[in-house]
Amino acid sequence: MTVETVARSPEGAVDPAALSRTALAVREHVLAIGAGAVGTHIGGSLSAADILVALYFEVLRVRPQEPRWSGRDYFVLSKGHASAALYSTLAERGFFPRSELASYGHPDGRLMAHPTPAVPGVEFATGSLGHGLSLAVGLALAAKRAGRANRVFVLLGDGELQEGTVWEAAMSAAHYRLDNLTAVIDRNRLQINGSTEDRMRLEPLADRWRAFGWQVSHADGHDFAELVPALRTPPAPGGPAVLIADTVKGRGVRHLEHRKQSHFAKLGPDAYERALAALRAAA
Amino acid sequence: MTTTRERGAPARAPAPDSDRAAYRATLLELARADGRVWCLDSDMGGLERQFEAELPGQYVDLGIAEANLITVAAAVASTGVLPFVNTMAAFASARALEQVKIDVAYHALPVRIVGTHSGLSAAHLGPTHHAQQDLAIMRGLPNMTVMTPADPAETVRMVRASAYLPGPVYIRLGRNPTPPVYTDDADFTVGRAVRLRTGGDVTIVAAGALPVRFALDAARRLAAAGIEACVLNMHTIKPLDVAALVEAAETTAGVVTVEDHSVLGGLGGAVAETLAEHRPARVVRVGVGDAFCSRPGSHEEQLAQCGVSRDHVVRAAESVLRGRPDVRISTEQGESP
Repeated sequence: MTVETVARSPEGAVDPAALSRTALAVREHVLAIGAGAVGTHIGGSLSAADILVALYFEVLRVRPQEPRWSGRDYFVLSKGHASAALYSTLAERGFFPRSELASYGHPDGRLMAHPTPAVPGVEFATGSLGHGLSLAVGLALAAKRAGRANRVFVLLGDGELQEGTVWEAAMSAAHYRLDNLTAVIDRNRLQINGSTEDRMRLEPLADRWRAFGWQVSHADGHDFAELVPALRTPPAPGGPAVLIADTVKGRGVRHLEHRKQSHFAKLGPDAYERALAALRAAA
Repeated sequence: MTTTRERGAPARAPAPDSDRAAYRATLLELARADGRVWCLDSDMGGLERQFEAELPGQYVDLGIAEANLITVAAAVASTGVLPFVNTMAAFASARALEQVKIDVAYHALPVRIVGTHSGLSAAHLGPTHHAQQDLAIMRGLPNMTVMTPADPAETVRMVRASAYLPGPVYIRLGRNPTPPVYTDDADFTVGRAVRLRTGGDVTIVAAGALPVRFALDAARRLAAAGIEACVLNMHTIKPLDVAALVEAAETTAGVVTVEDHSVLGGLGGAVAETLAEHRPARVVRVGVGDAFCSRPGSHEEQLAQCGVSRDHVVRAAESVLRGRPDVRISTEQGESP
């Protein structure tokens, strides 16, 4: 295993097949966690899985054995309820043993259902929505003023954009010209009560970010050939960038895809086996 | 939404004898000496000119957006910066409470949150700008140190002492000029009460500029009537000086607390909880009654309307000595619109 991923040029070679295998492993972990004692947020974890794999295996400069290495690129999971996908990706990347994933939600473990910094690789406790972009702004501002080259990434849920603090943070990132900051939106178009557009309209989403002074790009959030170059490309000088990643809630398990019911689930043995079979059949 | 602030007020420098002015001068002094000390501002006025002229790299104005302000402070603190967050007590403790709770307190990050206009010191600006719950809120947060100074000189010592504490700190300041309590360079230790007056009959425990002033004035009036009051300046609400309170309970007939804060959950609450567990004693709380204070008036006038004045302290001390707390002093004062 490589100790450190060095950020590569947008054109650098990508092996989508290898990334897909890793993403499959992450999704299998997510389902296993969902079949555990406390259940988990399955739908949003499956929609975010490919973004996380692309970041941790092709983009972020990190040292899994030295999570607080000062030269690291920062990643903040603002949609903290996707902890199962984050923990699974961190374990696959070598931050802690895969075997620890079985302790998710257990009282003697450290894997809380929302991330905490006790877990190697987790920068901040998140889960209350609308905090992550502000955290990323602070990290980016501090790095920029210190002349450090760290890039800062933050993954937001699309429903999360309804929190007003997101837009306070968006304003400040553009104002301070944080061109070391990239926000990614997991645009799966579903929140607990249904479609984001039916519940609290987000469109025209790209225009809204542009109006706040952000550079906007789009990618298929499940296509590594699009995701990786888009994430590797740093913002153009002068301001932050947001990547709107079109995703599918429940992605990978056909009968969970596009279903708001997949938001949170505790899978019984039969449901777990059925989901796992569907996942592997589609891989 | 619009937040009413002191816009349109005559442009004038704050009097040098306010704790706000003392804090600003001390923050500049700290920042000049240590590049890690930053000021994170929220359009509060009073710091931007000098910081931007002298130390622009250590100054960030996040505008009128207190929630983002607090979280940005937490994030920069996680990288080794020592941020002082400049806002009003009302906004730090209520508007941005979740950010303080999760991003600052839960992560135990060295963010110094400085809340001005505390208690009723915003006076005529009204309940939108009053902070009569901030002590109760902030001391309820794990990892948080909570302090409030008695005068500008103590503000200087407190701000200096806070700068290198390992965890989060909330410093509660007023708005208006306040007379000095200290005539010399007294010792200041976080978490250690200062005995301002000795006396064996009753103990008055006060926190904040006007409450300490009221306590000292009341003690003089009591002395004229033959009652000797011990006065403690409890500048640190958390961690509370338990030993000083136990000693007070053992050596005097009881304790009166005085604060520019609700009688619920602040200094009075902390003292009552502590003594109930460690050394049960009679406690009478002088504080803002459980109501909003919506009539205009000066700071002192509003406090008096709401149950906090020299008279209230004297009566509370007398009721302790009579062995019968006068409940009207605490929770029935004040009024809602």
